[in-house]
Amino acid sequence: MTSRMDVKKLVLTSNYAAAYAAKLARAEIISAYPITPQTTVVEKLAEFIERGELKAKMIRVESEHSAMAACIGASATGARVFTATSSHGLLYMYEMLWWAAGARLPIVMGVVTRAIAPPWNIWTEHADILSPRDSGWLIFFAESAQEVLDMILQAYKVAENEQVLLPVMVGWDAFISSHTAEPVDVPSQEIVDEFLPPRKSAAFLLDVKDPVSHGNLVFPDFYMEFRYLMQRGMESARDIIRKVDEEFGKIFGRRYGGLIEKYRCDDAEYALITLGGSSGDAREAVDKLRENGVKIGLCRIRVIRPFPVQDVVECLSNKEGVIVVERDISMGLCGVLATEIASVLFMNGIQPKFASFIAGLGGREVSVEDFLKMLDFSLKEFQRGNKRVGPHWYGVKEEVIP
Amino acid sequence: MLMKAVYEIRWHGRGGQGVVTVAQLLAEAAVREGKYAIAIPYFGAERRGAPVVASNRISDKPIRSRSSVKEPDVVVVLDPNLPFMVDVTEGLREGGLLVINAPSPNNLPFKGLKAAVVDATGIALSLGLKLAGLALVNMPMLGALIRATNIVSLESITAVVKNRWSRRVGELNVKGIIEAYNKVQVVNL
Repeated sequence: MTSRMDVKKLVLTSNYAAAYAAKLARAEIISAYPITPQTTVVEKLAEFIERGELKAKMIRVESEHSAMAACIGASATGARVFTATSSHGLLYMYEMLWWAAGARLPIVMGVVTRAIAPPWNIWTEHADILSPRDSGWLIFFAESAQEVLDMILQAYKVAENEQVLLPVMVGWDAFISSHTAEPVDVPSQEIVDEFLPPRKSAAFLLDVKDPVSHGNLVFPDFYMEFRYLMQRGMESARDIIRKVDEEFGKIFGRRYGGLIEKYRCDDAEYALITLGGSSGDAREAVDKLRENGVKIGLCRIRVIRPFPVQDVVECLSNKEGVIVVERDISMGLCGVLATEIASVLFMNGIQPKFASFIAGLGGREVSVEDFLKMLDFSLKEFQRGNKRVGPHWYGVKEEVIP
Repeated sequence: MLMKAVYEIRWHGRGGQGVVTVAQLLAEAAVREGKYAIAIPYFGAERRGAPVVASNRISDKPIRSRSSVKEPDVVVVLDPNLPFMVDVTEGLREGGLLVINAPSPNNLPFKGLKAAVVDATGIALSLGLKLAGLALVNMPMLGALIRATNIVSLESITAVVKNRWSRRVGELNVKGIIEAYNKVQVVNL
């Protein structure tokens, strides 16, 4: 006998946790093309279908462009849809990403973040998931396998909310999350069903018995209104993400704090900002500095789109200094997170000291020691009166640069 | 028997020897005993024979760091030739332990170390623990590790191994673990 409160404690990689989440969400259509390091997500889902544990149709395709096209078609009929990809796969479906968002389809996709070639590299970097940030997809980012599972369940609930109706990407890091195994509480199907009922029907869904046409030409006198409605969906999503996290917490006993997760932040003079799987190492670095009397905290970004404007403003408004460490570079400017946080601070009249680091591109490790070095450097520069530090390329091997 | 807040193990092997699998099984056994554990593989070149590293952290508290283990309490070496290619004991803590696959404790290229030595290749071949012609030494090395450290019990390891594979394969793997568990020699090099 299983009861609704039964929890199975399994040791899972983030990739397997994602597959369990798609299964628990009762995804009906899955279409994906394999790419390292995403492959085991879809392998596990194929296994669930094969064993009869998941009643879903797996649509095999010849490319990621087609995978997203299949997801769009299926989602337009009202099905709950799941896919996953990484790096070049995400770029290959770029055109279809915009189509999915513009068509207001609540698709959920796992993105195992990986660097973009050349040179060829299979390890983590956030260049891929940050590329489509203007497309109208909500972009979430998890730190642990447990959070991957929980976040995918939450993502469906947010995406399918009538005030949102936009697709969601849930990201996690290649290898340090995707292939790292750790304990995960897997909830019962019964309790997930209570949290996430089947997708609701809507008037505009494709139905052969009642044909409608999607995606027609819209002249300049109405196109802008469509984009405005998408932006309104994004704006509404902020509150819905918080409410869904709250509801999730009541049912499952785990909460993440909504769009950002704060750690020892409230009384902190300095805030470190991170994204993704290295945040645990960042937390250890924060603890070590706290032991030495430095009042520092961590603000982990969980949602990149919609950008957590109010949350970031509230978290950083009383800080002496802000230090952003990120695994991406917007070529010709600086890190994406640093740019966006600086812009939000500026627009809200907040001007803390600000340090920015590009670290860990192409999967280079960012460990506790690395965070300590970057924080130590920043705090010293702040103390010397430097209000703007960086952007620094942390750990670049000067000796091999011509 | 956790002496430190976080007990750290680093596995060295070669692609195809099952380093990633064994680190995951150890984590599963620790979680089964109510501890927290993480298994972090490092994937290099995706081919058989390439040097592979995996890390374990085991603790009574939730584990946060996902970076590779740099100062291990224990290093496990699955391939007798690896010490000639990779500095396997790099960062090994004072009083740490080396668990190594070797025909005997004689002539090992280490000094001033405590070592647990087991002929895992011999055990694997005698039991028919092979895949594509390669001796599967990961299970015997797991047996040697838990005997030398008591980090998890033999019962827990047996349970997770039997749970992972079908009956025949599971039992064969358990045999490999138990044989190494009984045969491992702990020596001071």
